[in-house]
Amino acid sequence: MIDVINIRKDFSVLNTKIYGNPLIYLDNAATAQKPECVIQTVAELYRTANANIHRGVHFLSEQCTEKYEQAREKVRQFINAEKKSEIIFTSGTTGSINTVATSFGEQFVFEGDEIIVSEMEHHSNIVPWQMLCKRKNATIKIIPFDDKGVLRIDLLDSLINERTKIIAVTHASNVLGTINPVRQIIAKAHSYNIPVLVDGAQAVPHGNVDVCDLDCDFYTFSGHKIYAPTGIGVLYGKEKLLEQMPPYQGGGDMISTVTFEKTTYAQLPLKFEAGTLNFIDAIALGAAIDYINKTGRQNIIEYEHKLLDYATQKMSAVEGLKIYGEADEKVALVSFLLKDIHHLDTGMILDKKGIAVRTGTLCAEPLLTHFGKTGMVRASFVFYNTFDEIDILCENLKKISLMFK
Amino acid sequence: MTLNEKQNQIIEEFSVFTDWIDKYEYLIELGKNLQTFDEKNKTEQYLIKGCQSRVWIDAEYVNGKIIYKADSDAIITKGIISLLIRVMSEQEPDEIINADLFFINKTGLQENLSPTRANGLSAMIKQMKLYALAFKVKKNEL
Repeated sequence: MIDVINIRKDFSVLNTKIYGNPLIYLDNAATAQKPECVIQTVAELYRTANANIHRGVHFLSEQCTEKYEQAREKVRQFINAEKKSEIIFTSGTTGSINTVATSFGEQFVFEGDEIIVSEMEHHSNIVPWQMLCKRKNATIKIIPFDDKGVLRIDLLDSLINERTKIIAVTHASNVLGTINPVRQIIAKAHSYNIPVLVDGAQAVPHGNVDVCDLDCDFYTFSGHKIYAPTGIGVLYGKEKLLEQMPPYQGGGDMISTVTFEKTTYAQLPLKFEAGTLNFIDAIALGAAIDYINKTGRQNIIEYEHKLLDYATQKMSAVEGLKIYGEADEKVALVSFLLKDIHHLDTGMILDKKGIAVRTGTLCAEPLLTHFGKTGMVRASFVFYNTFDEIDILCENLKKISLMFK
Repeated sequence: MTLNEKQNQIIEEFSVFTDWIDKYEYLIELGKNLQTFDEKNKTEQYLIKGCQSRVWIDAEYVNGKIIYKADSDAIITKGIISLLIRVMSEQEPDEIINADLFFINKTGLQENLSPTRANGLSAMIKQMKLYALAFKVKKNEL
């Protein structure tokens, strides 16, 4: 059970007034709010324990290093990775995907090769691959989705060939909400010996992710969408692949020995963690994971499911409102347009009512093009949102509809 | 009417609104009534492209004064443009180039100036002033 009244007390920003109205924060898919324990962790570390990790022999440095490595262990458990060395801290999902596109691409992708992504990807899982393809003279192939927002994995066989080097696909769409059958995609890809990268930015906040069960080769997600600070994220990679890949960036901490003639690199995971990592926020990510575990992942899943069902039902009842993304399995977000009212107009008026939603291309222009749209409005929910907030959203949508009559 | 007189007139009109929704309702009305841009002119040449909405601006130089035309796919944006046109249209290039658009702050529209909104107010104003500058240069060359 989610005790939403008490949970909301952990997120002080939710008490903010916006133009005199209580804040209704429905932009969680862009970034989630931070509970007090995460904010405290960051503040306390800077006040009492800050020292650079993996370097000093002094007390504070060793203590920080230990906390940092504990955070790595928490992440390992959180996504059920086999080894701690397979967990690499990055700046976020974008940083993680760029690491793989650059480093895996350097080693394994050559002229004439192909990379498969889906039509519903966030720009972060398109552009790094395009950049790689441009460097290597390779090409991108697209898995399309149908008008309900379901990926056409029946077409996967026809897209794969001997030149396919990697498949990069999102676990859950940031616009449609669709939870993709990544396990099935991975099994299919592996039958051709093709590795799969899963963009988990929108899936990790809403469900259980088990990278061993999925058998994915790479899994990426951001801390800030799971109640941790911005600027910290995770790249999970299978050890045997990470071992074969060259480092992404060079610098301190990622080396074993350096001479002007030859440098040898550090073991995993440090090989991919050049320079002073964002260790304070990595430790705070650990605190966010503790908070999620304490709240109960199953509780979160069940409550957010109810929010999604309620929002879908109530919003569908608003005259002229069209929801984009009608897959059976969805994460708790609803993208929509109200009659022919521009998404920006809807968003600006909701803002004045204290309701924060996302509008625009939602960083997924190819997806919007599928529907012939230049923008949409997205309301995204997490476990501190309430059914009342959904009611207020719907009442205001009805009012907006009248304003534009 | 001078450019500043027109600004003061707008400030007075906005002073009666007690909340934002009233302001937006007014902007929606203005937006609906803005003379529309020829569909065929909604081309890249006149477009200020952004992630949120599309805005097209064109201008002509008639008898020493500039006449602006503009359009947007978002109505509130169109309402804001209509205010800009009311203030700047039918003025001389120099007046436009040197205009201090104080009505934006006084009406509370300044939040739309956010530089991250690539096609926000600041981009529109910049484009309108650029037209004025271009006409001024052209005039001096003749």
